[in-house]
Amino acid sequence: MPTAEFPNLFPALPEIFLLVAAMALLMFGVFRKDDEAGPARVRCSRIVARLCILALLCALILVVTMNGSDRVTTFNGMFVVDRFAVYFKVLILISSALSILIAQDYLEVHRVARFEFPVLVVLASVGMMLMVSANDLMALYLGLEMQSLSLYIIASFQRDDQRSVEAGLKYFVLSALASGMLLYGSSLIYGFTGTTSFDAMAGALAAAPGEAVSLGALIGIVFILAGLAFKISAVPFHMWTPDVYEGAPTPVTAFFAVAPKLAAIALLLRVMMEPFGALTVQWQQVIVFISVASMALGAYAAIGQSNIKRLMAYSSIGHVGYALIGLAVGNEAGVRGVLIYMAIYLFMNIGAFTCILSMRRRGQMVVGINDLAGVSKSNPMLALALAIFMFSLAGIPPLAGFFGKLYIFLAAVQAGYFTLAIIGVLTSVVGAFYYIRIVKVMYFDEAEEVLDRRMDRPTALVMAATGILIAIFFIIPDPLLSQAQAAAQSLFGG
Amino acid sequence: MLTIGLPHYLSLAAILFAIGIFGIFLNRKNIIVVLMAIELMLLAVNINLIAFSVQLGDLVGQIFAMFILTVAAAEAAIGLAILVIYFRNRGSIAVEDVNLMKG
Repeated sequence: MPTAEFPNLFPALPEIFLLVAAMALLMFGVFRKDDEAGPARVRCSRIVARLCILALLCALILVVTMNGSDRVTTFNGMFVVDRFAVYFKVLILISSALSILIAQDYLEVHRVARFEFPVLVVLASVGMMLMVSANDLMALYLGLEMQSLSLYIIASFQRDDQRSVEAGLKYFVLSALASGMLLYGSSLIYGFTGTTSFDAMAGALAAAPGEAVSLGALIGIVFILAGLAFKISAVPFHMWTPDVYEGAPTPVTAFFAVAPKLAAIALLLRVMMEPFGALTVQWQQVIVFISVASMALGAYAAIGQSNIKRLMAYSSIGHVGYALIGLAVGNEAGVRGVLIYMAIYLFMNIGAFTCILSMRRRGQMVVGINDLAGVSKSNPMLALALAIFMFSLAGIPPLAGFFGKLYIFLAAVQAGYFTLAIIGVLTSVVGAFYYIRIVKVMYFDEAEEVLDRRMDRPTALVMAATGILIAIFFIIPDPLLSQAQAAAQSLFGG
Repeated sequence: MLTIGLPHYLSLAAILFAIGIFGIFLNRKNIIVVLMAIELMLLAVNINLIAFSVQLGDLVGQIFAMFILTVAAAEAAIGLAILVIYFRNRGSIAVEDVNLMKG
């Protein structure tokens, strides 16, 4: 009789810790909450939010300290920890912690400060960490769904607000559709390679180099690609992004723009490089198309926007396009470029959203770009910070965003993909227009009515920290570069 | 005599999957139908997996199908919950009315 061996839990310790912490905090919140509305609930949500940040930081320490430099697999090879996974887990945990930090004030102002919010963010982070560490189609699907199920809820978290609920509904339907496509692809891959394990799949697909790959497996790859393109909101699967970003509560949008994208990009890189690495020629064309289309749409569609959250949505579509250049190149330098790009993208975006969160007029959130007029006089620090983030997003040296693009384009040029690099540069020039327009509105337009000066302390702190990081990245780029290099190497078995 | 083999199961699954996708995009009436269409897609995948599993003599596909069933239940629960708060806000669950944000 076959017996199951007890798996080695050690490599998955950060995830297990976070999961237990999330459940404990859920229990804490349930038993502590004594009245439906009022100060007790807000106090409870504050405590849980702090504890959640603490749990995320503990998990961060666990992730960093427990990582040896080798690749470890456990749960029968379903779960893998390597430098690549560690790199992305660190980024995901940082972005989740920052999102909880900047969310609290917004939630209190809008009277939706519930303790469930930070717990859901933590659960979503566990799902993302599982995605990053997935080494099997089953683990991939379960991680993805764990993330998505939490995200559906936090998208519609402001449940008395029509826009938030509509955003939740749209996100739910389209994301479920994407999961369905991904699953259909997985089932075809399973049928035509006979395995769900990434390692075995790589062997099965690479076994016959001369022979044509079975059509079923190719269709499966295309379906998986389509499903993942939805999750990173790449063209042509981007339609949900502007609506969801606009409708969801602003801190949720900040979280959506960063953490799930990091996880999905990580997953895409791993899936394309490890199991489907032998079929690079087949999927490369698709990635090139997706990349070019995303860059173009991100550059042109954002021009006409008047809502800054919608603008950030199109901007994020464009940024995914740039990151995908690195994947299309398909070598170690390209992957390293993507890793650097995503890390910088995290800080730029969280920073930009702290500025958006601070846009208030008489206590009410405003999200129009024209509402920023005259901010340079009424609130110079906010104007300066937002200007830094916008210049960085546009990719203007010496800010960090420039270096992100530089490494990607460099990898493309070195591998001979001149067209991709040229299209990338051209679209960033077009994109620079709408980023710099925001700066122009802030510094040169006259305000009819100025924004509030008030800024809550955590948001201001995050804004300052990310702003400084972005501004001085060019002085000390080495830590990030060497980490990204090691992570990219581990993906290529180095 | 006609024997039902793998191709038949795969065709059935492909047809169900296509119906599911069309159900999401062509239906203009009711969001509950969209939820049903999502469920249909997931079930099509299950048929695929189980057919392959039997064909390959490998249990992994059936285990995968079990996981999908579990997740589909959770997804339906959350989907219906979002639907309920949507109805509370808008008093309608027609697909055409989901149009607050456009662009």
